[in-house]
Amino acid sequence: MLTLQCPYCGVWAEETELHAEGEAHLKRFGPDSDDADFESYLFMRENPKGVHLERWRHASGCGKFFHAARSTTTLEVFGTYSAQTLEPPQDIKDKISAKIPNWSWREFS
Amino acid sequence: MSTRLTTGGRLLNKAKQVTFSFNGKQFTGFEGDTLASALLANDQMMMGRSFKYHRPRGVVASGAEEPNALVNMGQGGKFEPNQRATTTELFDGLTCTSQNHWPSLEFDVGVVNNYVARALPAGFYYKTFMAPAAAWKHVFEPIVRHSAGLGKAPKDRDADRYEHFYAFFDVVVVGGGVAGLMAAKAAGQAGAKVLLMEQTAHWGGRAPVDGGKVDGVKVDDFIDATVAELEAMDNVTLRNRMMGAGVYDHGYILGYERLTDHAPLLDGPRHRLWRIRAKQIVTATGAIERPLSFAGNDIPGVMLASAMRDYIVNYGTSSGDRVVVVANNDDAYRTAFTLKIHGLEVPVILDARPNGGGALADAAREQGFRVENGKGIAKVKGGKRVTGVAICAQAGEGAVLEEIACDAVAMSGGWSPVVHLWSHCGGKLIWDEAQAHFRPDPDRAPTSHDGNAFVVTAGSASGPLKLGDVLVDGQKAGEVAAEAAGFAVTSAEAPKGEVHDEAPLVPCWMMPQGAGPKLRMKAWLDYQNDVKVSDVKLAAQEGYESVEHTKRYTTLGMATDQGKLSNINGLAVLSDALNQPIPATGTTTFRPPYTPISMGAIAGEARDEVFQPLRRTTIHDWHEANGAFFEPVGHWRRPYCFPRGRESHADAVKREINQTRESVGLLDASTLGKIIVKGPNAGKFLNMMYTNMMSTLKVGKCRYGLMCNENGFLMDDGVVARIDEDTFLCHTTTGGAERIHGWMEDWLQCEWWDWQVYTANVTEQYAQIAVVGPNARKVIEKLGGEMDVSKEGLAFMEWKDGKIGDFDARAYRISFSGELSYEIAVPASQGRAFWDALLEAGAEFNIMPYGTEALHVMRAEKGFIMIGDETDGTVIPQDLNMQWAISKKKEDFLGKRAQMRDHMASEDRWKLAGFETEDGSVIPDGAYIVDHGTNANGQRNTQGRVTSTYYSPTLDRGIAMGLIHGGMKRLGDVVEFNKVDGSTVKAKVVDPVFYDKDGEKQNV
Ligand SMILES: [Zn+2]
Repeated sequence: MLTLQCPYCGVWAEETELHAEGEAHLKRFGPDSDDADFESYLFMRENPKGVHLERWRHASGCGKFFHAARSTTTLEVFGTYSAQTLEPPQDIKDKISAKIPNWSWREFS
Repeated sequence: MSTRLTTGGRLLNKAKQVTFSFNGKQFTGFEGDTLASALLANDQMMMGRSFKYHRPRGVVASGAEEPNALVNMGQGGKFEPNQRATTTELFDGLTCTSQNHWPSLEFDVGVVNNYVARALPAGFYYKTFMAPAAAWKHVFEPIVRHSAGLGKAPKDRDADRYEHFYAFFDVVVVGGGVAGLMAAKAAGQAGAKVLLMEQTAHWGGRAPVDGGKVDGVKVDDFIDATVAELEAMDNVTLRNRMMGAGVYDHGYILGYERLTDHAPLLDGPRHRLWRIRAKQIVTATGAIERPLSFAGNDIPGVMLASAMRDYIVNYGTSSGDRVVVVANNDDAYRTAFTLKIHGLEVPVILDARPNGGGALADAAREQGFRVENGKGIAKVKGGKRVTGVAICAQAGEGAVLEEIACDAVAMSGGWSPVVHLWSHCGGKLIWDEAQAHFRPDPDRAPTSHDGNAFVVTAGSASGPLKLGDVLVDGQKAGEVAAEAAGFAVTSAEAPKGEVHDEAPLVPCWMMPQGAGPKLRMKAWLDYQNDVKVSDVKLAAQEGYESVEHTKRYTTLGMATDQGKLSNINGLAVLSDALNQPIPATGTTTFRPPYTPISMGAIAGEARDEVFQPLRRTTIHDWHEANGAFFEPVGHWRRPYCFPRGRESHADAVKREINQTRESVGLLDASTLGKIIVKGPNAGKFLNMMYTNMMSTLKVGKCRYGLMCNENGFLMDDGVVARIDEDTFLCHTTTGGAERIHGWMEDWLQCEWWDWQVYTANVTEQYAQIAVVGPNARKVIEKLGGEMDVSKEGLAFMEWKDGKIGDFDARAYRISFSGELSYEIAVPASQGRAFWDALLEAGAEFNIMPYGTEALHVMRAEKGFIMIGDETDGTVIPQDLNMQWAISKKKEDFLGKRAQMRDHMASEDRWKLAGFETEDGSVIPDGAYIVDHGTNANGQRNTQGRVTSTYYSPTLDRGIAMGLIHGGMKRLGDVVEFNKVDGSTVKAKVVDPVFYDKDGEKQNV
């Protein structure tokens, strides 16, 4: 059972307090998009062994959504960060690079 | 025979005799006995029968790893199957029965399976599933049913209490043997907050049985002194009868404490599940002795050498008078010495190693034991009890050299560290060639949120077995854990334990090495599941190369003991068959719990009223007092109907509907979700949330809206009211309030975070009551107050704030029944008083409350859809002919793009229509509309299905809505719905609005 620190209220929350909200940094495609982009937005998800960027919600707490960067294999949490961003912050990317030099996840590395 | 000795028994209180019953027979034992030791003391070696072949089985081990001695414990509300006799502490009045036999343990009909063993090879179940169906039904199923099932399922409610306990520690040490004691002491001395748990009732583990000295004093005394030291430390908590059940992510660990199993008369909960967060975990879980694979190794009387030693030293109980010892290591010689000291006979020690043992073997010879090097057992003689062994050369194929009479066999195939807890959360293993076992690889420990190791092993769980090494390793583990938890450690020298030179073991995976098929068919690997060496060989021959597949194919290691004894031996046999080294085969996955834990402990206090929180409206007590029949809706309980006297539910629903349509009815609608959406961009935001245009809604007006997800599927609906320029109140379904609020927050926090919108879920701030029926207005007007609720003052689809009577009301002119209807919200604190006032005012109109079923029927009569009935997560608004609620002007809304996909726009989608049966009957729930022909699987083709189906009191006939290929284009067609009995019922496709098609009644 994971523990993640909510970047909004600062609580180290246990998984039972949180709600998993799927993959991070999805780009929404709307009515003008072509079939391929829309399909990828709706259905194509990463399933990495290693670094993963996810969305969580402090559902039984402050109610805020946030992002988490963690390893699906070692369970290391590289950091949690604001939901109001399109990419992981540099300090978290640096922290991942220090552990896993050639990591990449979608367009981030 | 097995019997009570005059010597030994360090854990017994011989002054206190206790009585117990086994299969109805009365026996006596002593306080301190386990059920297994007490049965042995009464010469009851045979304790059960195996799962598949119902072979007689005796106890083989002395601890948690026991696969055979499982019993049904207790009676009635205290009944529990599959309890291990070896870990059950004896108490006065204990009642138990053996399992897997019929009609009796001594004579079992199912043992016939034993004779058809050739017909039940590895993969038996899978193979029979491939056979023709008739063979399964008439041949295999009766056989399987007869032999299947381990123990009996309890029939009564569990009479005991259980609880959960949350705890936080710096260091949790699992295992109270000498290594665990050392680890706890080292961590405690460094200042860490420590929990030390031990699954048995006693501290010190195996050390007192194995003997030896620590810093010159007897190990027993060393243990007592260390426990006393730990008890004196404020920062150390000790708990015995508590097992480390599982290690999980980020230092989460479950402790399973058995509080009253040993003394059922004690007050308090039976089991306590500790839900612990630890910074560091030390697993001092010891090692388990391995059986040897020789023919007849499952006959009662064949036991682990260490277990036999335990029964003598701890419980003063012999397992036999004449014991043959067979081993591939030095440790088993200790059992031979123990047997001799306590006056029992050891006709021969068979040492499978060609060059025999070390110092202990020399000592044995000096003491006059007959020791045979390079020899093993070809075959054990006996049925329900060992009567002798046939000896052979280990290197050969089993040619019998000599037969020796005996009534027990002590076997040892070496020791395997208990790696379960280490492995649960990802700790990796390495193969130790010298000890022939997998042990934890300290360089690949489970890692926590900070990327650092959070589990460290101590003592035999790390690999070393000798007392001196175990003490050193235990202390080191405690220091490492304390340091990792942030405490400064001043390293002290570990106490010195006696270490004897031992000759290395020689792996012995099959005895004799060249055993042929006949012997392999009688050499058991998994005693409980009846998996033999021949089964694993067969699996390999049939192409099962992965150990995980072999496990499932043969059921090796799938019993309640989870392969604690069989694992390594099975892997070795598989590796040999695949002609690859053991590490290449690897192990199966170790999963929690370490040993089975009670369902009660998992549930804890979550039963009956506190199983889950119950949400009550402010009017709930009135419903309860007035005979409401409740149905669960989310966490709410809503009245389904209000039966009067001996009225049936159907009659009550009919009465409620008739009264509402003819005069006036009341509905407690407080559970409907209410979400305030406020801010300068609120309209723009709701335009995205709903398929409708919400930004154009005028202040004071209401609009029914649909919400879709990004797949285009309908997910919720409800009436939106515009409160002021910046504020909307969105109604959701009863079950949808929290979900839809979260959904809105998701988009606001993660996608359009620059939009100025605020949401609040105010569902419970208001009580909401629907006053419904032709006399609704009269009832409200009778209450008085300043609000004008006339047709002109509050028109259909308008809302208004004001006083009704003395109540602060917000009235919505909306209708889900088709009648004149006001949904009136008051502050929650005024809810009950308002309800009472309405009942009083409506008395002259025979006002009465109606429940959810009447609500459902009335909405179906009007052709209104219900989320969850007409929708199931695959239905789009267009399927429900609701194009009118989908804005064509908006560039974007959630679900718009998806609804443009080919499949969504297809004319072939099943669409909504109404249905009337020709005979007036009610179409069964879930019925499909059959079509011509069959599909590829030979099933009848379908062209639609029913979504809502009711008896309509208003029309006095069955009415239904459903989805059908062609939708409303099929008007007038007669179709057939299937029924459970295989017949069909004919129905005509009609308009789904069955009542007041022009909406005149709601608009008066
Ligand atoms: Zn928070």
